[in-house]
Amino acid sequence: MGGNMKLSNTRFKMMLYATNYLLNRTARKYPSFKQRLKEKNFTAQIKVMDNTVGRYFTFSNGKIISKSGIHPSPDVCMAFSDTALANRLLMPSRNQMEQINAMKNFRLTLVGPDELTWWFMETLSQMFSAGIDYGIDVGNNTKRYVNNSNAGAMFVYVKDGKIIRITPLEFDDSDAPPWTIEARGKKFTPPRKCTLSPFGLAMKSLIYSPDRLLYPMKRVDFDPNGERNCEKRGISGYERISWDEALDIVANEIKRVKREYGPGAILTSAPSHHMWGNIGYYLSAHRRFTNAIGTTQVVANPDSWEGWFWGAVHHWGNSMRLGSAEIYGTVEDALKECEMMVFWSSDPESVPGAYSGFESTVRRQWLMELGIKTVHINPYFDATAALMGGKWLAPRPDTGNAMALAIAYVWITEDLYDKEYIATHTTGFDTWKDYIIGKEDGIPKTPEWQETETAVPAKDVRALAREWGTKKTYLGAGGPGNQEGGACRCATGLEWARSLVCLMAMQGIGKPGVNMGNMTYGAPVDARFYFPGYAEGGMSGDIEGTASAMNLYQRMPHLTSMNTVAQRVPRLNIPEAILNGYCEGYPNNTKTIEGQFFKFTYPAPGHAKIQMYYKYGGSYIGTMTETNRYVKSYRSPNLSFVVNQSIWMEGETKFADIILPACTNFERWDIGETSNAGGYIIHNFNKMNHRIVTMQHKCIEPLGESKSDYQIFLELSKRLGLSSYFSEGATELDWCKRMFEGSDLPRATTWKKFLKKGYYVVPAPKEELRPPCAYRWFYEGRKKDLPEPIPLPGDYTEKYLEGLQTQSGKIEFDASSLKRFDPDDPERPTISKFIPSWEGPHTTELFKKYPLQLISPHPRFSFHTHTDGKDSTINDVKDHRVFIDGYYYWILRINTRDAEERGIKQDDLVKVFNDRGAVVCAAQVTERLPYGVIQSCCSAAVYDPIGEPGISIDRGGTINLLTSSRPVIKKSHSAASNTCLAQVEKWDGQ
Amino acid sequence: MDKWIFIIDVEACEDCNNCFLSCKDEYIDNDFPPYSIAQPKHGQRWMNIERKERGQCPMVDVAFLPTPCMHCDNAPCIKKAKNGAVYKSNNGIVIIDPDKARGQKDIVDACPYGAIWWNENKQVAQKCTMCVHLLNDGWKKPRCVQSCPTGALRFVSGEDSAIAQIIKDEKLEPLHPEYNAKPRVYYKNLYRFNRCFIGGTVAVQKKGVTDCVEGAMVTLYKDSEKVYEAITDNYGDFKFDNLEENSGKYRLEISARSYDKKTIEVDLIASINVGTIML
Repeated sequence: MGGNMKLSNTRFKMMLYATNYLLNRTARKYPSFKQRLKEKNFTAQIKVMDNTVGRYFTFSNGKIISKSGIHPSPDVCMAFSDTALANRLLMPSRNQMEQINAMKNFRLTLVGPDELTWWFMETLSQMFSAGIDYGIDVGNNTKRYVNNSNAGAMFVYVKDGKIIRITPLEFDDSDAPPWTIEARGKKFTPPRKCTLSPFGLAMKSLIYSPDRLLYPMKRVDFDPNGERNCEKRGISGYERISWDEALDIVANEIKRVKREYGPGAILTSAPSHHMWGNIGYYLSAHRRFTNAIGTTQVVANPDSWEGWFWGAVHHWGNSMRLGSAEIYGTVEDALKECEMMVFWSSDPESVPGAYSGFESTVRRQWLMELGIKTVHINPYFDATAALMGGKWLAPRPDTGNAMALAIAYVWITEDLYDKEYIATHTTGFDTWKDYIIGKEDGIPKTPEWQETETAVPAKDVRALAREWGTKKTYLGAGGPGNQEGGACRCATGLEWARSLVCLMAMQGIGKPGVNMGNMTYGAPVDARFYFPGYAEGGMSGDIEGTASAMNLYQRMPHLTSMNTVAQRVPRLNIPEAILNGYCEGYPNNTKTIEGQFFKFTYPAPGHAKIQMYYKYGGSYIGTMTETNRYVKSYRSPNLSFVVNQSIWMEGETKFADIILPACTNFERWDIGETSNAGGYIIHNFNKMNHRIVTMQHKCIEPLGESKSDYQIFLELSKRLGLSSYFSEGATELDWCKRMFEGSDLPRATTWKKFLKKGYYVVPAPKEELRPPCAYRWFYEGRKKDLPEPIPLPGDYTEKYLEGLQTQSGKIEFDASSLKRFDPDDPERPTISKFIPSWEGPHTTELFKKYPLQLISPHPRFSFHTHTDGKDSTINDVKDHRVFIDGYYYWILRINTRDAEERGIKQDDLVKVFNDRGAVVCAAQVTERLPYGVIQSCCSAAVYDPIGEPGISIDRGGTINLLTSSRPVIKKSHSAASNTCLAQVEKWDGQ
Repeated sequence: MDKWIFIIDVEACEDCNNCFLSCKDEYIDNDFPPYSIAQPKHGQRWMNIERKERGQCPMVDVAFLPTPCMHCDNAPCIKKAKNGAVYKSNNGIVIIDPDKARGQKDIVDACPYGAIWWNENKQVAQKCTMCVHLLNDGWKKPRCVQSCPTGALRFVSGEDSAIAQIIKDEKLEPLHPEYNAKPRVYYKNLYRFNRCFIGGTVAVQKKGVTDCVEGAMVTLYKDSEKVYEAITDNYGDFKFDNLEENSGKYRLEISARSYDKKTIEVDLIASINVGTIML
């Protein structure tokens, strides 16, 4: 034995002795830890693999008996390949990379029953975290914690173990100062706080909602070993069961369907959004677990981006932003340069995309202060128009492209576009031009022509086109200004988004003052400071299915996870998969423009059909299309088992056989940055006025018997022998610390400080280091200089960083990708054309029966289904639901004349219906809609059928029962939520 | 002694309801003796947001009026209450003592603004306290003002003279001065809520094509008196605002170079979009 090894062995012995000492010391110091030690009686061995050095710890009724040496039959054995490694890894300051490498290469093993190995690891972890100090004492026995949400970052005041108040997070003097933009002789500086969306201020009422699921439950007539009564889903009630029973049933069902049917038999799906935090997120803990058991994955449609992803991307690329526009630097450029802003299907005051509260409101107020003109094109006179004023054009829904083509017509015929830019920066213009002026089909796309579609007077469109063609104009399309929008989620949505790209090309996007945006994106925050967003997969280790590979996988050493099941189901066709056993779809593959062309089918070759559905939450009935389909599929005997893991009892939860109660992120540890979506929307934090990274404090204990998602998956993992793999021996708090260490935070603050205070404001970069303006590089013919690593190198045609992602590197009026894929597709021609909606005034017979066009935008007061219903204070918002005869009804907005024709008055109960479904709503009679158009938001959380589920009228407000399941075009996976004919009549209670 | 007032800009309110919701967050389930007992989860609106739509599609606007307790200096509720159950503190805040006010439903009815609410369960009148318990703890503003994203709500304190100066400088007005209650809530741009407009569009047809007329002169007359003048914008639009509802007949004269003058009569009841006027 060499001297070094001798020393190493001695040191190992000392460290093991110290471990024993620390365990006992922690127990003496912290009663909770002492109590914990009484939970298990067993022996754990820590040793080197050759048995030369070791120590064992016998836990017996709260006492620890520890001896040096090798125990003949320990219950748990942790073994290191050598003492040198052990010495390094047993230090609290261990190198995480080395730990992972040791695990991956079997130099560190942990053997024993999962229940005990996990307990032992958690105990060692708590030895260091017991008694940690976090939160700020604000007097009156009250502590102020920090947390985060889809609504923004907040302070959480807790007294006697109960949340008493939740407020916006306001900065103190020690936080970084804000940025200032100087424009037109004025200085603009945002307030030093985090604004909250309305539902953030309703969070306390949701945490303590009477609809919280507090215990595991089983449907009363479900027997996993006997009659399952699948058709009773949604009808029968529930009984409380123990966690052990619930978890045993779920774990046994996982094993059963795999054993009996093979890979693919388990379908898992989560909502598009979760409660906030990088650890508990559905792309994090949930994904690691589902990958570990192997499941058929649900492929999300690019919901809210439909027209951009399936349409616009073919003209200018940007596939990794789902075909939307670049996001940097536009706030400063707009303030300095633009003369007009056109909001087209763009209501950031209601839906600024997601997550960013009212951060951009102040910026639009600056525009108002500067006297910048605004135009609002939307069938509904939306909240942004109401706040800002300006000109409102109120087109019929689903006609956006007709108006866009007419604008191009005016520009072409009146010479109001940039011919030089067209020549140097675009291709295929003449083809489109011929179509616009009528050379191709004999129909000039004049403002008069569009009037027959949109009902907007030709003179108004001409006036708009003339002003737009002569002023430096920003186009704000969709809520965030560069993407999304109700007009892209309808039958003509692809063509609308495509034409907007063409319009921007005609005006020379990238020139000072000419760009896409509505002030929601493009704040001058620091894009170089790294903190992971949720789509980087958190602890999932999923380098295939999340953006983990971009940064996080290298920066936070952890084990990879991979789903072994290749079978996929398109989200909008889950019902067909279950009911008919077959469906097909197109993937949401954003790697390249062409990623979307690969049709896939269900079932996948050699895979089992779905037998078991592990659903997280309850959002689909309220957010997908024609959702009576989903209700029917839940009640099918083809699904032998449904488990729903959910925080609340919602419309969809009650279709499960077993319900697992999860807690909110206010009841567990997590870590996350406000509005940082990671790879889904790179640098989405540039919607914020300040980058705010938060330690999401565990503010209160989980309510009832609810558990964090992490704990639920861990408990299931124990039953499947997966707990060490799932957890890596780390608690949720450990994972938070690992994520902290993987980010740039350690260079800016310490873990201790961050944990205590709960947040860190990333300083704004100095002026010279601000991200440059979107498309300026393209306009000026330079290499791309934006701080985003997209598109991938292989997608550049010329030199790396030169040109756009398209084949030509230019904006293509006539899309080369579509020419290659399917040039004769009548639904998606290679240039943007007028294609009448497949459900609207042109479908004459149906229009006679259902003469009202229904639009169902995202709701303003609920984040999808998240904060609606559940006895939330949101229900009392007058513009969200209306309380009539003891029930909170969803609102249907209807024009005065339409209402009069049907004898409908304000707050009357009405039935809105078509062949697909019927919903009872409260009427709001308004002039904010044109004649013939009705509006009712999607995403009600309450599905409350009066009779048989899936067939009868709903009074919960699930307007999605009415929308068509037809995709925008066949060769897509898309929802046309704003293409819907319906009729309205007074509801007589029958 | 400095006293508090609310300043509410109707034009800056976008009905986000953050004020309403943060008020609920603060008071539901929370007692703050001796100033308030918990607000019931539903049914009370200490910050009540009223909506007013004006005009007809596509010339409309919408305004919102956040209405808390007015903390009147001449408060009818104080007069109505027995045992001094409602009192005015030195900093201008009107407080209902939840103990003393028990059973006094009259207090609710006394408020001409409808800003006091009855808690049936606890048999007590309740309302906005300007978050006095937080102010006592050193907060600079109540919850509603803290959560307002647009600056529509402001909370200002000062000596009476300083307050009077702000009111004058910013052209603030109380709601319903005719109640004579001397409210401590002042509004800016209240016309958006309680006044009305006449608007319309001027167009012309030339060679079969209809176009907007920019730069037309539109003059509004009441009887023979000229009230306002406006020049149409590039959409041919004009709008005369801040008129009194139900104020009778008006005459619009529209003139543009090389066109005949046009005259329109309007009987003004509420805001009206007269539509397209063809020259």
